[in-house]
Amino acid sequence: MILKALLFIVMTWTIIAAFVFPAPQQAIGDASRIFYFHIPQAWVAVLAYVVSMAASIRYLRKRQPVDDDRARVSAALGLLFSVLATVTGSVFAKVTWQSFWNWDPRQTSILILLLIYGAYFALRSAVSGYQRRARLAAVYAVFAFLAVPFLVFVIPRVLPSLHPSDSIIDSSGRFTMSGMTAMVFGCSLAAFTGLFVWMYTLRLRICGLERTGFEE
Amino acid sequence: MPSNSTGLADRSLAVLRKDVLCEFRTRYAINAILLFGITTLTVVSFSVGQKNLPPEVYAALYWVIIFFSAMSGLAHVFVREEESKTSTILKLTADATPVYLGKLGYNLLLLILLQIAIAPLFLTLTDAVLTDPALFIILLILGTVGLAGATTIIAAIISKASVKGALFAVLSFPILLPLLIGLISATTKAFSESGGGLGGASSELQLLVSYGVVMITASIMLFEYVWEG
Repeated sequence: MILKALLFIVMTWTIIAAFVFPAPQQAIGDASRIFYFHIPQAWVAVLAYVVSMAASIRYLRKRQPVDDDRARVSAALGLLFSVLATVTGSVFAKVTWQSFWNWDPRQTSILILLLIYGAYFALRSAVSGYQRRARLAAVYAVFAFLAVPFLVFVIPRVLPSLHPSDSIIDSSGRFTMSGMTAMVFGCSLAAFTGLFVWMYTLRLRICGLERTGFEE
Repeated sequence: MPSNSTGLADRSLAVLRKDVLCEFRTRYAINAILLFGITTLTVVSFSVGQKNLPPEVYAALYWVIIFFSAMSGLAHVFVREEESKTSTILKLTADATPVYLGKLGYNLLLLILLQIAIAPLFLTLTDAVLTDPALFIILLILGTVGLAGATTIIAAIISKASVKGALFAVLSFPILLPLLIGLISATTKAFSESGGGLGGASSELQLLVSYGVVMITASIMLFEYVWEG
């Protein structure tokens, strides 16, 4: 209860502060405020995948149904947050670089994450039989994750002449952010992570209830 | 006949041999993959073949043709087992790793056949200029290994699904995207004047080699979980 109230306060504070305090990047002005929302969303999308993958590995080893629930719930949330991250990212791209999409490596990697989530659910809906579905989905989640490091770390080195990457993050970085910006950003990160954790535990509890209902 | 004295290579080759023999009886997958490739190539050649486009476009078109032909034909190796109901017997007689290696070998052969058919035709039917044949051939090989390595286990996964449809392409595409990006970027260098030879494409080549190794290793490790049920 206290944590929920705390989450509410931090999230509200973040939303207000993002719009009231001076914009983080003066060159672009108000458009850079989206940075407070876009990056935490992308971070949560990746976090959700890591959770999903860890649960998938555990399922393959222990075969406990609760691990399959964890993988599925986390993947659903990951899908939501990667949609948000992709949309906010392309809005930002439109405002700063005048085009919604230009296959920049970072944009591509968030799109790939989105496609992997979509494919995960497509696979789940196509397989009948509870255990088979859980097993195949778990294998796919683990296998598909291997493509992501290639995109995040290797491709940017392979294609150096591509459009300017997210220079906001690179140039301002973690250490050149002014105190105010860093604080709001930190709050936003905490707020979105807290949101993910809250939604995750809630849905997991629902799945647990459904499961015990079944067994009766 | 399986016995504990035959090694991994023997058993994998036995699976490969079985699949090649079955394939030659019906020639279904070979026909599907070759005809798809040639049809797409014809459309490409007809529409943009003589337009003198920049090398990146030709590079992209070549790998688009190969990618979609692969999508139409590479799932066949497992889907046929399920449809002819022989997968249970295969599971009883062979372990997971020889089955995977045999099927991987089969997909590699299919893709090599496809490349041998399509690559010369592509170079003659379009305006693409091959300035670096050595690089191009290396890319064909690495592309084949990467494609087959990443998609064979996906083929096994979807063969167990009840609604196959376009599932194979949907599942494979996100995983293949880094491979395709690397291939197209390097092939552009093979088609353009200032490619820089093998050294110029060294970062892409490293990407492609590591991709193939990672995907095949992960597939071998994960395949038994797919195969057991």
